[in-house]
Parts: sequence; structure tokens; C-alpha cells
Amino acid sequence: MTTLAGDQPEYFNPVSAPDFLMKDQLQRLQLQRLKRIVKRAYDNVELTRNRMDDVGINPEDIKTLADISKLPFVYKSDLRDTYPYGLFASPMSEVVRLHASSGTTGKPTVVAYTQDDIDVWSSVMQRAFASCGVHAGDIVQNSYGYGLFTGGLGAHYGAEALGATVIPVSGGNTDRQLMIMKDFGANALCATPSYFLHIIDRAEQLGIDLKDMPLRVGIFGAEPWSEPMRTHCEAAANMKAYDIYGLSEIIGPGVGSECRCQKGLHIFEDHFYPEIIDPETGEVLPEGQEGELVLTTLSKDAMPMIRYRTRDITSFITEPCECGRTLRRINRIGRRSDDMLVIRGVNLFPSQIESALLKVENAQPHYQIILTKEKGLDQLEIEVELTAEMFSDQVSKIEQLQKKITHAIETTIGISAKIRLVEPNTIARSEGKAKRVIDKREQ
Amino acid sequence: MKIKQISVFLENKPGHLSSICKLLADAQINIVTISLADTEDFGIVRLIVKEWEKAQQLLTDNGATVKVTELVAAEVEDKPGGLNKILEIIDSSHLNIEYMYAFTYRAKESAIMVFRFNNPEEAIALLSSKDVKVISEADLFAITE
Repeated sequence: MTTLAGDQPEYFNPVSAPDFLMKDQLQRLQLQRLKRIVKRAYDNVELTRNRMDDVGINPEDIKTLADISKLPFVYKSDLRDTYPYGLFASPMSEVVRLHASSGTTGKPTVVAYTQDDIDVWSSVMQRAFASCGVHAGDIVQNSYGYGLFTGGLGAHYGAEALGATVIPVSGGNTDRQLMIMKDFGANALCATPSYFLHIIDRAEQLGIDLKDMPLRVGIFGAEPWSEPMRTHCEAAANMKAYDIYGLSEIIGPGVGSECRCQKGLHIFEDHFYPEIIDPETGEVLPEGQEGELVLTTLSKDAMPMIRYRTRDITSFITEPCECGRTLRRINRIGRRSDDMLVIRGVNLFPSQIESALLKVENAQPHYQIILTKEKGLDQLEIEVELTAEMFSDQVSKIEQLQKKITHAIETTIGISAKIRLVEPNTIARSEGKAKRVIDKREQ
Repeated sequence: MKIKQISVFLENKPGHLSSICKLLADAQINIVTISLADTEDFGIVRLIVKEWEKAQQLLTDNGATVKVTELVAAEVEDKPGGLNKILEIIDSSHLNIEYMYAFTYRAKESAIMVFRFNNPEEAIALLSSKDVKVISEADLFAITE
């Protein structure tokens, strides 16, 4: 096990051992778990049983890992259609926890955990922290929202299991966050990237230099964020910023995480089996090709997800990682297949707007895309929050900035957009996640 | 000799200006003068208040984008040619006026003109040397109270 010692030996945590399994060991474990979970879902979840019966497949037909491609997909809409408890495979007497999505489009989607599921969740979050260089003795300020949202409690349990000190501050009240960060000496911070941006802005307004804080590591997730944004965050606080991936339907945060190499996210494959498929045909794509990430929970008892369509677009990184982890890596998720907007025939992903804004000096990536139709033609308007750094008492300076942003966006996406500068905090945020797109074209 | 001005970014929407004025009113902060620069989409409210630090804090705490800049205030005779006299002095220098606005005050035969210069120190020296009365913050608040 020499690879184990190679990865930050002074802090090696035994819980990370599955990160370094030999490929055949891992695959044996995955197959054993896959067989069990497919049978569990077939026996206990009506929707899974009906779907499998429809295509004439039995749990016994799963003999190899490749056989997974014979199984039908599960979609987000299935959670809504069976609201609230229709996809549970455990009796309520064994369910110890429920979480739910924010439900911006009507009813929330509900997810369930047994005690074993919670333990698995804590262990994968613990491994995520460890791979980002957080260890026992660190002080973790957890600014993910606590509550129905999985972010807060997921990170909380993981950091506690790691042996770190958790500050369960939750999201919001930024002035107090800054005070606590300084006074309690937090050296790791968990937040959505858009909330961390807000912390940076507020610190600047208050004349607080985040570089003077003991912050060493930022763990940012729950929404896509770009490489220029990483540079921005790392420079503002003199810290390392890591991307962490997860979704409540699968478990919450802790499905995958970056390591110190910051080159893609390792998926905790011993619990979550990843596939990349062509979102149009549903076919599994050759390794390395970009497509939609599909995940299967290999050990989640209360609510097994077999081939869940995440809508996140990514690809596998085929080379082994320098950190020594044998877990497969995916590229950072910059976009979701349902995020793609088609404007006047041109494909646009919100993340492109973020990258364009970060190219403009002083501009901050607090934005919202508003789509309307005028005389049958799509109109693209982008609202950008004007922060203190961007503001001037002179109209001409602000208009110059507006022009620079217009130009940066046009050269990035290839179509022109109207840029409207808006007051800070006017763009709606839920659970710290910013709402990026308002499409009024269909109304 | 410079005067502090608070600028606040405003979207050009109903109610936004009054919400700022209400905040100041509730905190008993008196607005000495106010000027508004606007475009189709947004505006910049420029305020001169005595307790500018308190106003800045209050507005920032309430989520506004605020900037403090330094202006030069000069006394202008309230009669034809009063302003022109000052502008001629400025024209003959290389100073640039970014913007300016005026206000009058009670019981005085003159108006106050406030200027945003690219270089306020140089402007103060120039105007003072040409016998223009440059008004300090203390004087301004004394006469406007």
C-alpha cells in the first residue's frame, strides 16, 4: 500500500482507504453491491419493478458491471410523480432522516436515509474533506444552509466524523460570518461559490482583508463554478478552493470531490457508480467522451437510485491522478443539459456568462439571464449586480464598464446581449444558490 | 477644505430613491443637498450630509452600493456672471470638471457650487489664489444649519 503513504502521509486518514483500491478489488466490490441494490429496488420499489418488467429484465440478469446498461433510467420527474415517498425501499420505521429539494418548480422532491445511509454519507463526506486537505484539528466553518437542503447537514456530519471542529453557522448574516471566521479562527470554509463571492464583496466593503484570516481551504459546491472563479476566490482569501460534487437524489454533497491536484473530481465509486451517456440516445459513451453523467447508488438502502439521470454534462478523465487515488475522475461540471439555452439558434450555457464577466476588470459574476421575445425574436438581457468595486460616482465610468461587459459577453457567446446593471442582492438566491435564468419566452 | 459626498447607485425604478431618503430620515440624518445623475437604466444619487460616515454605514448595511468622493465647494455670487467668473479661472488651467451642481442657502446673497475635479487639491489652491471663497466642511455645515 505504498500509494497510501504518498498522499499527504502526516494526515492520512484510514477512512480514505477505499480511494486507493486496486481496480479489480473495486470492481468486485461494485458488482457485489450493484447486484444487491438492484434486487432491493426491484423487490421494494414499484416504479423500478414495473420499469424492469417492461423491458424484460430481472435482478438475476445483472452478472457483470457492464450489464448495468440494460437497466432503465430514473429521472427527476419520477421523484415528483411518486411524491413524497413512492421511491422508498425501506419502511418508514427504518428511515431516520428526510431531506427535500427547494422545489422551485412546484412540489419539492423528497429523499430518505436509513442510519446506514447516514453513515455512508458521513464517510464519503469525510473522504471528500480529506482529499481537499482538511484533517482532524481543523476548524470548519460550515456556511451551507442547514435544513431540508442536504448541504448543511452533509458537510456537518462529514467534518465531525473527520475529527474537525465544526462551526454550524449555516448561510446568511455575512457580517456575523466574517466576525466568526476571524474570532474562531476557521481555516476551512464550506459554502456555495456564489455565497463565497458575496462574503468576498462584503469583507471588502467592511475593509476586512480575507488574506489576513487563517482560511486555508474553501470547499465549494452545490452549483457549477468556473476556473476563473477559482482564481478569483483563491486570490481574494489566499486559500485553496476545491470543487465538490453531489446531489440530493443520490445522497447530497460527497458524491465526488477534487483532490489536491485540482484536476477533476474523483467519484466515490465504491458507493456511486458513474456512467457517461449520450443524453439523446441514452447509449453509454466511450471513456473520455463528453455526455450526461448517470449515477447509481450502490449502497443506499432507503432510496436506491438506479441509473439516475443527473443532467450534468461532463466526461471521464482517462489518465490516472497524480494524487494516487484510483477512483475515476470526471471533469468539473460547467453545465447541465437542462441549463442549455438556445437563443436565436445559438447554444448558450450560463457558465459562459460567468467566464465573460470575470474577464472584465472589477466585474463580479453576480448575474442573471433574462430571456424575452420581441416581434418573434429572442432577446437576451443580462442583469449584473453592481458591487462597490465596480461603482463610480461618474456616469461615464459606469457606462464604460457596461460597454466592456457587453463586449466581453458578445465575444464569448457570439450574440449581443443588453447589459443592465442592478443594485446588489437583487438577484434571487435560494439556499445560497443563485437563480441564473429567467425565461419569459413561453409566456 | 474638501467636502465629502456620498454617491449611491440606483436602478431607475419607482420607489428606489425614496427608500434611500427614508433610511436617512429615520436615522435623523439631514440632507444638505442632493443631486441626481440618471440614464435610461440607472442613476447615481449624490448627497452631501453632515454625518457622512454614519450615512455611509447605514446605506451600506442596507445593501446599497456606496462610494465616498471629495468635492470642492466654492461660494458663487448670486448674480449674472457669478458662475462664469469661476469657470473662466478653471478654463485657463488644465483642471477638468467631472460634474458640478449648485445650491443656495438662506440669508446669504450667494450660492454654493460644488465641483468634482480630477484633482481637488490643485483646484483648491487655484481658486483660493484667485480670491474665490472655497468653503470648508465646517463652514458649509455652519451656514446650512
